[in-house]
Amino acid sequence: MSRVTKFAARDPGPAARMAGFMAHLRDNGLRIGAAETDVALAALGRVDAARPDMARAALRAVCTGCKDDAQRFGALFDAFWMDIGRVRTKTIPTQTSGSDSMHSSRDAKGETNDSGGQANAADTGQGEADSDGEGKLIATDIRNLSRRDLRELVRAEDIAEAEEVARRLGRAMRDRRSRRRIAARKGAGLDFRKTIRRSLSSGGEPLHLFRKKRPDRDRKIVAICDVSGSMSVYAQVFLAFIAGLMRSDPKSDAYLFHTRLVRITEALRDKDAMRAIGRLSLMADGFGGGSKIGACLTLFSQTYARRFVDGRTVVLIMSDGYDTDPEDQVGTALAALRKRGCRIIWLNPLKGWRDYEPVSAGMAAALPHLDLFCAANTLADLAALETEVTRL
Amino acid sequence: MTWTDLKTALAAQDYVASDDLAVALHLALSLGRPLLLEGAAGVGKTEVARVLSAVRDTSLIRLQCYEGLDASQAIYEWNYQRQLLAIRAASEAGEAGKTVEDRIFSRDYLMERPLLQAITQDVPPVLLIDEIDRADEEFEAFLLEILADFQISIPELGTITAASKPIVILTSNGTRDLSDALRRRCLFAYVDYPDPATELAILRARCADVETHLAEQIIGFVQALRKEDLEKTPGIAEMLDFAAALMGLGIADLTQDPAALQATMATLLKTQSDRAQITPEVTARIAGKAA
Repeated sequence: MSRVTKFAARDPGPAARMAGFMAHLRDNGLRIGAAETDVALAALGRVDAARPDMARAALRAVCTGCKDDAQRFGALFDAFWMDIGRVRTKTIPTQTSGSDSMHSSRDAKGETNDSGGQANAADTGQGEADSDGEGKLIATDIRNLSRRDLRELVRAEDIAEAEEVARRLGRAMRDRRSRRRIAARKGAGLDFRKTIRRSLSSGGEPLHLFRKKRPDRDRKIVAICDVSGSMSVYAQVFLAFIAGLMRSDPKSDAYLFHTRLVRITEALRDKDAMRAIGRLSLMADGFGGGSKIGACLTLFSQTYARRFVDGRTVVLIMSDGYDTDPEDQVGTALAALRKRGCRIIWLNPLKGWRDYEPVSAGMAAALPHLDLFCAANTLADLAALETEVTRL
Repeated sequence: MTWTDLKTALAAQDYVASDDLAVALHLALSLGRPLLLEGAAGVGKTEVARVLSAVRDTSLIRLQCYEGLDASQAIYEWNYQRQLLAIRAASEAGEAGKTVEDRIFSRDYLMERPLLQAITQDVPPVLLIDEIDRADEEFEAFLLEILADFQISIPELGTITAASKPIVILTSNGTRDLSDALRRRCLFAYVDYPDPATELAILRARCADVETHLAEQIIGFVQALRKEDLEKTPGIAEMLDFAAALMGLGIADLTQDPAALQATMATLLKTQSDRAQITPEVTARIAGKAA
């Protein structure tokens, strides 16, 4: 491991450094309160804090709360304490040589890799303007390392409107209540049979009243949104929709992908809608870059889907299907996903175009596995899906 | 006790812990905070609590969570049947109402469920709250309150405060997301499938009579199998079953008898599609590599 960070001479001491580290973690999306600083200092007192690996293990136990955080923690720790942070900001985006034959509505000289190291560069949305679906279609698997502030893209009013749409869609998708009744603590009706049977043990006095109800058969919505370069024109609508969905339905789940798959559920659950989008932009570096649909969907079906997708789930994929991965990968991933018993809806913004045919190889491979394949460019289009999804 | 001492003590009880886990456990013990363990099924999360209780020479109180778990199952319940009998008996003996009431709402008529049990012990026990992700969110909120100040209010009896703070270990398989509040109150450790060296040590600790050559083969085989695209990845318990099955069949080398090896796959593969996917050819290939 590299050298340890040297702090300035006027640095007031370990407690302040720890507070600085906590702020650093908070900036990187870990949810940490004031109390953790205290616990962290106490924890360091209990282990051999001079050894970096010990300190890292101890602070990881205190500061993280879920698997994703725990895995990211090592890098965050090194960035702050091991002097990696300053080096990293200077890195230039690596250009992996990949296939350059396919499709993206971003033009070749586009904005994918101009502002390498400048985090939070004020990207004024100019990128979208000149990539408006005209010109040559080129895919790229270069990760777009410039960070774009999504708050410029999504407005609070959009989210409020999307919330309403998402709520209506969710309601349409939800099954009617089950016909059978099951035992429930707070049921609507009394379970007479059980109550009388159990009253035997208390000499015929019905001391416990047992209840039953008709359980809701909720459909859970899992939204997976493509934010690669070719989709950036539509990202505004879809992100607003996902943000609205997250806010209206506490069970739903959301992911973004471009060249990587990122779970954004936690970030979007923030009470303040715009702060949620802000946190999203921190996570979504690579936004507007290339797309690896096959790899991302495979990863999804192998990891998250095992936890979050079951027979009562609707998987909503929002993508144009332009992929840099081998085409059969999408098909295999969707087939595996389908085996979990879920419904799969694919919303393709391009389908709204006149004469659109799903010719892109990825899209063609996906088609046999879809329950519903339809167009969606605007919130109004999404709202119009209501009748379609009722039939699923 | 430092964390290395703890690790050694755990090893003495045949539990091989990774450094991260040992540090987290050590912190949980010394800071008196609950420890949340997350990880796939079969990586030894529950076992940690059992072994820890053996190391501390104290009792293990286990609360298995399930959907619909409520306070009467987790904290306490009055023994209604006994109360009713007492009332009947008292009315025949002509006892006064007030004394009967005092009697039937005393500790004798209280059935202690795990959480109440855990805080009324003299020696701090290990309280294992297993698969917390299966319980409802309301229960989680309830649990938080108890974990915060270790006291329980019973309207008829008053507040019971912990005689000693139990060592709390929570486990979760990640079937749903836990609330932030709960995560923040706990220390966290993610328990992953062990690396080959650790797993070999586990096998040695649990099955001392496996020969070195076979033990290495078993670990190589199971580790390779975990890399296959399976619905249910075999855990440590499965690996131990597999070893026991091989020993029982008297197999000394994995490549020696393909048919017998395929038969023992019943201990590792637990779904039909996994069985179908790992054909004898695949088994032979993996075994060949592991040998």
